Amino acid sequence: MSTADEHSVVPATALVPVPPEEQGTAAPSDDEARWRDAFRRATSSSWAVSIGAVILAVLAGSVMIAVTDPEVQKAAGYFFSRPSDMISAIGQAVGGAYAALFRGAVYDYRADDFATGIRPFMQSLTYATPLILAGLGVALGFRAGLFNIGGQGQMLASAAAAGWVGFAFDLPAGIHLLVAVVAGAVAGALWAGIAGALKAYTGAHEVIVTIMLNYVAFYLLSYLLATPGLLQAPGSANPKTPPMKDTALYPKLFGDKYALHAGFLVALGAVVVIWWLLSRSRMGFTFRMVGENPYAARVAGVDVRRKTVEAMLASGALIGLAGGTQVLGLITTGFGSDIDAGIGFDAITVALLGGSQPVGVLGAGILFGGFKAGGSTMQASQGIPIEIVLVVQSLIVLFIAAPPLVRAIFRLPQPGTRPTKAAKSAKDSKPAPSEKKGADA
Amino acid sequence: MTALAPTVPVTPEPGVHRHVVTVSRKLAITLGVVTALSALLYLLAPREGDTSFRLATGTDAVEIGDLKVPGMATAWVCVAVMAVLTVYAAVRTWTNRRTGLWVPILFAFAFLVAFLSWAGAGSDSDIPVSRLIAGSVLLSVPIVFGALGGVIGERAGVVNIAIEGQLLAGAFTAAFVGTLTGSPWAGLIAAVLSGVLVALVLGVFAIKYRVNQVIVGVVLNVLVIGLTSFLYSTVMVPDAETFNQTERFGSLAIPLLSKIPILGQALFNQPVVVYMMYVAVPAVWFALMRTRWGLRVRAVGEHPTAADTVGIKVERTRYRALVVAGAITGIGGGFYTVVSVSSFGKEMTAGAGFIALAAVIFGKWDPVRAALAALLFGFASNLEGTLSIVGAPVPSQFMLMLPYVVTILAVAGLVGRSRPPAASGEPYVKG
Repeated sequence: MSTADEHSVVPATALVPVPPEEQGTAAPSDDEARWRDAFRRATSSSWAVSIGAVILAVLAGSVMIAVTDPEVQKAAGYFFSRPSDMISAIGQAVGGAYAALFRGAVYDYRADDFATGIRPFMQSLTYATPLILAGLGVALGFRAGLFNIGGQGQMLASAAAAGWVGFAFDLPAGIHLLVAVVAGAVAGALWAGIAGALKAYTGAHEVIVTIMLNYVAFYLLSYLLATPGLLQAPGSANPKTPPMKDTALYPKLFGDKYALHAGFLVALGAVVVIWWLLSRSRMGFTFRMVGENPYAARVAGVDVRRKTVEAMLASGALIGLAGGTQVLGLITTGFGSDIDAGIGFDAITVALLGGSQPVGVLGAGILFGGFKAGGSTMQASQGIPIEIVLVVQSLIVLFIAAPPLVRAIFRLPQPGTRPTKAAKSAKDSKPAPSEKKGADA
Repeated sequence: MTALAPTVPVTPEPGVHRHVVTVSRKLAITLGVVTALSALLYLLAPREGDTSFRLATGTDAVEIGDLKVPGMATAWVCVAVMAVLTVYAAVRTWTNRRTGLWVPILFAFAFLVAFLSWAGAGSDSDIPVSRLIAGSVLLSVPIVFGALGGVIGERAGVVNIAIEGQLLAGAFTAAFVGTLTGSPWAGLIAAVLSGVLVALVLGVFAIKYRVNQVIVGVVLNVLVIGLTSFLYSTVMVPDAETFNQTERFGSLAIPLLSKIPILGQALFNQPVVVYMMYVAVPAVWFALMRTRWGLRVRAVGEHPTAADTVGIKVERTRYRALVVAGAITGIGGGFYTVVSVSSFGKEMTAGAGFIALAAVIFGKWDPVRAALAALLFGFASNLEGTLSIVGAPVPSQFMLMLPYVVTILAVAGLVGRSRPPAASGEPYVKG
């Protein structure tokens, strides 16, 4: 964030921070100043804030785990006679929880061999796959100034389309998968496109429309699932589809021992494509123009309405790919109307945590995938409800959205306060003028 | 993009939105489309037989018998009324005059009567009108309170996506405190406080740290869902009797008023929270439109710089407005556990906060209109249950879908002149 700001304010030469080498010549005071400068840059970067936010959220989660743990409550009853009991109970509750989280998300150190021990990590990547794809979709929307809260609806629409192709058609392997994936992406794109078109041509706000479309998609899918002859499995009364045909499934990447499927490669490919689109292509540039300032974009000759629809279609297509990986990779034995598994909303937090940058989304998606995999293990082995993950995730995003708060808590330097000579002499008396701006970053 | 309002991004001049004609034409068009669709439905799927509306409730001062009408004929008469209203709206638009609020209200009424007559035609069961209205009022209570809170917040310039979170937090604390104290009043007060708490968190991030308000709202919803579900599983479920079994408010019949035929039982034999709703709607309208506080709130939401120039403390006014809004929304949250059912359940608000948000926009940021919109949504949700009694030919999923489709239509055009508070969603940076 801070580095981007530094580039963007280039015209205002007076505000550009003094580069380290110039500063070195101006103040010949050696390595120490340079180290301090490097440290300052590191701590005032957005990475420091992200790490701080994660630490704060995990601390808050620990407090919740400790407070609701029955052993801790019991020990708290006689805290003043034996405080060590309570401290050890807290340690056991919190430590056990995070150990379980680690076992479920990264590496099961209790396993006999590496091949089994690494399974949780593969599980995390599997859970991360739709999160990355959907997160990219939401991030793309953000960059074009659109708030796509309709991930749930787009996931459901795409799951219905991809699933229908997956179980109702007989096609050769490979082609079948391709057709199903494309059907999912198109369905997601169209569902999002409704919101995009309404926004562009009637001015209906996309936040409201996408929220409403979530419910419409949910009930529509429920109807399709409950009606024989549509999506419902023949001969069944459950609102559930038949299983997918084998030809339509994403192949497993490392054999049947691991859940990880080729959808993860699609997600990685999408990260590269969206990175290219946003930072190297003409289309991505116009998206960003519209996102930054639609009025200026219009003056510059961009068809803002069309770009709005296009951005929404692209966003929906990515979320549609996520819906496809759900039914063609993860839950292949038939699905119900809960197939979105909350990914549509998680994607928003993934996109926010990733700073709407494709690589950031990749990292955030893997982190949240790990939380999801580890959370289930935590629930199973420690009896801690998986909703704790929601709390930690939302706190992370909340803290990241307010960098000044995190910086204040950890006493990190605010960006823009520079240890130049003038600032050094005056730093106690007056904050730097750009400090206020930090809030918008 | 932060303003939660149907703004056309390409319009270079904000004044264009205010032009009555442009948007009013949408009203006529939308009414026309709905009329045509209804006519098409009744044409393609005619139903035989009579429809009977049960009007009596057994305790009315004057008992009215059942009203038996030929279903299809009634439907067509209503369609004719709808067509007339559409023409009227079109003529008003043509002559550059505003269409009154009564037109869409009457239109909605005709639409519903037509639909009920069609759906109930030939059915053995009556359509219980009084129960339909009573159920609608009850179902719309949290939506109305949420919408009132949303209106106040947006009028002060703070978009509140976290209405859902406030409702859920209110429902949780009301159940928790209500059970611990054994008093629904204590539960309701706790709900108010938790609504305020969520509002304050929103305020700190949106006003102090100037985080995008939509983002804070979305994240707060997730946070509240996570917190309440976590605490529900760890605290309430293991010992539901001590923590999640609250007393409820009973129905309270108002003398005389509750004897009015048809409407009496439905409107005036309700739990006390419903009466609070009757009071809250005009009270919020009065406070916003006729008091100094309201003028300041609106000034801060429309043009914070101007308000600041004349000495109004922008941030403090916004905080205060948010606190009031949070308190009102909190009452709506309490409704779930101290009025509706006596125990909390995971994510029990089920999107009512988002519906309230839609009602805010549907109601054009006006408390009374927003409350009417909320009533409409409550009615649509309640209709599904009633229609399943009479064996309606519409799958229940489509009935449940209706409020959301209506909202989409509404934000896309039905709302008529629709302009959000100018500074809604904009953090104020004192310059």
